[in-house]
Amino acid sequence: MSGWHTGTLTELAAGLRARKFSSVELVRAFLARIDANQATLNAFISVTREQALAEAAAADRALAAGGAGALTGVPIAHKDIFCTQGVRTTCGSRMLDNFVAPYDATVVAKLKGAGAVMLGKTNMDEFAMGSSSETSFYGPVRNPWNPQLVPGGSSGGSAAAVAARLIPGATATDTGGSIRQPAALCGITGIKPTYGRVSRYGMIAFASSLDQGGVLTASAADAALLLREMAGFDANDSTSVDTPVPDYVAALEEPLAGLKVGLLREFFDKGLDAHNEQRVREALKVYEQLGARLTEVSLPNLPLSVPVYYVVAPAECSSNLARFDGVRFGYRCENPRDLTDLYSRSRGEGFGTEVKRRIMTGTYVLSAGYYDAYYLKAQRVRQLINADFTRAFGSVDVLMGPTTPTPAFAIGAKTSDPITMYLNDIYTIGANLAGLPAVSIPCGFVQGLPVGLQIVGPHFSEARVLSAAHAFQRVTDWHTRVPPGYA
Amino acid sequence: MYDFALVFSLRHARREPPMALTREQIASIAALARLDLTASEIPVYQDSLSRILDFVGALDRAQTTDVVPMSHPLPGLSQRLRPDVVSEQDRHEQYQANAPQVAAGLYLVPKVIE
Repeated sequence: MSGWHTGTLTELAAGLRARKFSSVELVRAFLARIDANQATLNAFISVTREQALAEAAAADRALAAGGAGALTGVPIAHKDIFCTQGVRTTCGSRMLDNFVAPYDATVVAKLKGAGAVMLGKTNMDEFAMGSSSETSFYGPVRNPWNPQLVPGGSSGGSAAAVAARLIPGATATDTGGSIRQPAALCGITGIKPTYGRVSRYGMIAFASSLDQGGVLTASAADAALLLREMAGFDANDSTSVDTPVPDYVAALEEPLAGLKVGLLREFFDKGLDAHNEQRVREALKVYEQLGARLTEVSLPNLPLSVPVYYVVAPAECSSNLARFDGVRFGYRCENPRDLTDLYSRSRGEGFGTEVKRRIMTGTYVLSAGYYDAYYLKAQRVRQLINADFTRAFGSVDVLMGPTTPTPAFAIGAKTSDPITMYLNDIYTIGANLAGLPAVSIPCGFVQGLPVGLQIVGPHFSEARVLSAAHAFQRVTDWHTRVPPGYA
Repeated sequence: MYDFALVFSLRHARREPPMALTREQIASIAALARLDLTASEIPVYQDSLSRILDFVGALDRAQTTDVVPMSHPLPGLSQRLRPDVVSEQDRHEQYQANAPQVAAGLYLVPKVIE
C-alpha cells in the first residue's frame, strides 16, 4: 500500500491507534522512501532498519494490547547530534565517525518512551555549525524543492527528510536558527522552544547558553504533539527549567482574535528580498483577517545580534569542543610523536574547516587581553538585545517577521565567504540570544521556492506561538505543499 | 545580490581589513586551541578570522556603560544543587569501548615522562 507518507504525524498516530494500519507497514513504507531518495537528498547519515522494524513490531503488540502511548508506532528520525545508545552518533564530523553513543539523550529516551520508532539519524552541518548543511563530513544535504540548492542548516537533513515526506517528523536543534532557517527553506514547520524547555542531556554541545532542541514537522499541530512528548524537566541538564509542560495539542484551538502582533521593524530591512517580504506581508494580512491586531515595534539593538552571536557562540564552542582530544573517544591521528602532537593532529585532522574557524575565533576572543573587548562586550550587548525583547513583550503578545532574508540559495554559493553565510541567520539569532521560543511556518513561494514566516513569543509561550501558527494553517494550505516528485 | 553591508553599515565587504592577523598570530591561536594546521590552511584563516573580527568590531558602537553582561538567557534562575550522594554507576568498560587505545582499564597515550 502507498500514500501513507502524505498523512500528517497526527493522522498517522491516530490511524495506528485505530488499527487502520500497522506500525511495521508504516515503517517499511517510510524506510523504502528513505532508501529511494538517499542518493538525491543525502538526508540521512545512518538508517537503523533492523532496530526500527523490531521496535515497530513491539509497537504493534502494544497497540493490540491497548497499552499505547501518544506516539506508539509513529516513525521519526533524530538529528545526528542526539546520542542514541548503541547507534553511531557522528554530529556530522569525522571526529565522531566511529562513535557509538553509550546512552540515549533525554529527548531520544522520552520519544522512545512515548512509543515513537526511530528510523535513522539525519545529516547536518558538522557540530551544527553552519546554515546550509554543506559542512557535513558525509557530504551536503540537498533541498527537495531543487537539488541544486541547500536545504538550510544546520538541521538540513531533518528538514529535507520531512519536506520530502521521507519521515513525518524529526528532531532538530537550534543555536542561531538551525531549526527555523531550514524549516523556511524547505517549506515546513519548525519550533525552537524556550531555552531550558527541552533537555540538552545527550545533545552534543555547541554553544551551551544558546543550544535548544526542537522539532521539524509538516504542521504546527504535529509540532505540538512531538514537543509535548519531548519537553520537560530533566535533572541531568543543569539548565533545564522545572516548569510543567502544558498540553500543546489541547491549546492549539486557542482563539486568535485580539492577539497583539508586533511587526519587527528591524526585520523588514534593506537586506530582505522584496519577494520574500511580499509573501510575509500577505501572511500578516491573513492574521489581520483572523482578528489579530498588528502594530510596528522597534528593537533598536537587534541589528547587532549577528556580531554578538559570532563572539558568544565561538567562545562557547571553543570551550565545549576541547573535550575532543583523541584520547577518550573519537578520532585519533596515526603515529603521534608526543601528547601535544596527538591532541593537535587528532583535532586538526578530525575537525572540518568551519569548525576549526569557530574554535579559533572563540580561542582568540577568550584569550588574555581580548576577553573584555570581545567576549564581555558581546555579553553586554546581548543584555541590551534581551532588554529590547522584554520591552516589546510589554505591549505585544508575539512578534512576527520573516525567518530568512531570501529563499534557498545554491550549493557552494556562500561557502567561500563565512560572513555572508553567517548573515543567513540575521532574523533568527535574536531569539537564541534572549532564549525565546520561535516557530517558522511556510507562508508562500518565490519562484517555486518556499518562504517562512517567523513567530517569536515570550519565555515559555510555546502554546501561544504554536496556536498562532495553527490558526494560520487552518485557513491556508502552504504547509500541505509537497515538493514536485515527492507527493 | 543582497547588500547586507548596507543594512548594518558594517564595512565587511571583501577587502583587506585594517587589522589583518599575521601568520604568526594564526599559528599562535591554533597552538592555543591545539589545532594542527597545514601550511595551506593558515592564509585561509588569516583572511577569514581577520574579516570576522572586523565584522564583530561593530559591537564597539553600542553604548554599554553600566550594562551587566548576560551569560544566561533566563536571568534570575539560580544554579540547581542536588544532594551529595553517589548517582553514577561504574560503566567504564562501556565508555572505554569508544576509546582509541585502552589497556587494563586505562587510556593509553604517548609517553609523557621519560
